[in-house]
Amino acid sequence: MSDAPAVRCEHLTKWYGDVTAVDSLSFTVRRGECFGLLGPNGAGKTTTIEILEGLLVPDAGDVEVLGLRWKTDDAELRQRLGIQLQETRLAEKATVEETLRMFRSFYRHGRSVPDLLRLFELDGKRRTWVGKLSGGQRQRLAVACALAGAPDLLFLDEPTTGLDPQSRRQLWSVLAEFRAQGGTVLVTTHYMDEAEILCDRVAVVDQGRLIALGTPGELIDALAAPKVVTRRGTLEDVFMALTGRHLRE
Amino acid sequence: MGSGVIFRGQRPHLSPLVELTLARLREFVREPEALFWTFVFPILMSVMLAVAFPARGDRPVPVGLVPGPEAASVRRMLESAPGISVRDVTETGEQAALREGEVDLIVVPSTPPVYRFDPAREGSRIARLVVDAALKKAEGRADPWSAREEPVEVPGSRYIDWLIPGILGMNIMSTGMWGIGFSIVQMRLRKLLKLLVASPMRKGEYLLAQMLARLVFLAPEAAVPLLFGALVLGMPVLGSYAVIAVVCLTGALSFAALGLLAASRPRTLEAISGILNLVMLPMWVLSGVFFSTANFPDVLQPVIQALPLTALNDALRAVVLEGASLRAVSGELALLAAWGILPFAGALRLFRWT
Repeated sequence: MSDAPAVRCEHLTKWYGDVTAVDSLSFTVRRGECFGLLGPNGAGKTTTIEILEGLLVPDAGDVEVLGLRWKTDDAELRQRLGIQLQETRLAEKATVEETLRMFRSFYRHGRSVPDLLRLFELDGKRRTWVGKLSGGQRQRLAVACALAGAPDLLFLDEPTTGLDPQSRRQLWSVLAEFRAQGGTVLVTTHYMDEAEILCDRVAVVDQGRLIALGTPGELIDALAAPKVVTRRGTLEDVFMALTGRHLRE
Repeated sequence: MGSGVIFRGQRPHLSPLVELTLARLREFVREPEALFWTFVFPILMSVMLAVAFPARGDRPVPVGLVPGPEAASVRRMLESAPGISVRDVTETGEQAALREGEVDLIVVPSTPPVYRFDPAREGSRIARLVVDAALKKAEGRADPWSAREEPVEVPGSRYIDWLIPGILGMNIMSTGMWGIGFSIVQMRLRKLLKLLVASPMRKGEYLLAQMLARLVFLAPEAAVPLLFGALVLGMPVLGSYAVIAVVCLTGALSFAALGLLAASRPRTLEAISGILNLVMLPMWVLSGVFFSTANFPDVLQPVIQALPLTALNDALRAVVLEGASLRAVSGELALLAAWGILPFAGALRLFRWT
């Protein structure tokens, strides 16, 4: 069904031993929006996104992606998703082009490799080994691999962590292009400014629980009372107001 | 519109199986160390062993002589006989000389002389016979007759001839297991396996690609030591090269599958190294790479004969040195095939992607 939400999860729960990594999390990601999972390290963002990506099985709760379920529609779903993982290091001795070509081969339909190279401004690095790329170029390549199958839904886990400001902006502009063509994005981040710029709606997560959900503007207006009249609040203030802690402590 | 326009002169992507195989091949070719271990090391090893263990007949029997009043006359008697080299040994040094294989036997010059040697050593028993005959003959013992000797050189009877197929078998084992085992664990470590399994890639195709990539370099890898042995060291190749190829292929597949199985769980390079050594070390010793499996007692033989490297080495030697046909080595090939199929099935079940 094409009008099914991109992601619908209800009471998602995951335990690691005694630790509850994800605690009865429920939210819906609409088609065509960019949805942010926001929270400090260890909040359960990665566990949540990996459950949605079908890499982890939840201990309780219900997940639907693009109206399909992992148990029955694994192969179909994989063709329609683009996935970038937080800590993947691509093979260092393969060139950029070889890497893209391999990922492209897994998908029935998708963008051509030259197209991807151009979109991600990796044209000039086509024959460069991955090991010789800068951090920003590597991250662009990782996202390019995720877009190789022209997915309906793109999962990004901390895509700009450790990148310089220019590389971050470059990645953001590629995501804008993807969304302009109707793509849906689910992104985790602990950067407030990134969430404010990229996301239509944000779920703030702490200790595996959903503590706020709304557009960045709504959350800021409702929760981040400006301390100084001349400065509007930020999502950082929202998090402080909700938990009494800083996001990156 | 032709594909040349769509892809702007670049090659389009190929099937996933081909792309995965190419990826593995590139990784191998771009790793100079892997090339050294696969192609250069077996030759260095053969040469060194050939130098260390020359053909037996060429070497005179080394005999130690301790000082004494009759030493000079004993030395004359020994040196006049062919095939004996005499070295002076002090009373204190004789133990060390025997232990280190510098001499096979010590002669204490007296009447009658005393022989000191270890009867458990083959070389020492030969030295005793040679020395005894030489001394008695010099003292005037008459031979009833002397036999006519007809020296025969049986092709393929030298140690080096026997050794080369064993080195080849060992190389097929270690390249397969190290190559596949290490690269998979490294990909798991880099979370690359996790990314692949998150994509629509088929898991079976990934495992198959690892084995296929292994086979591409098998031809040069097997040809290098074989041709080096045949052309440089004069090893006879009595069997057909086609049968040798079949044996190598079967062996390579079975060790590739074992490599997959070994790599199916470990998350660290230390763990996979430990497992690979644990699997391969016993076979280096037991499977007749450097010395014959016949040296081990009968109780161990059922185990030894069931090992894949024993089957591979036996089959290679039978074909190369005895000219065995495919039918003659079918037992070994069947055993190797079993060692390929069962571990592959196990790897498919046990493989950890994340």
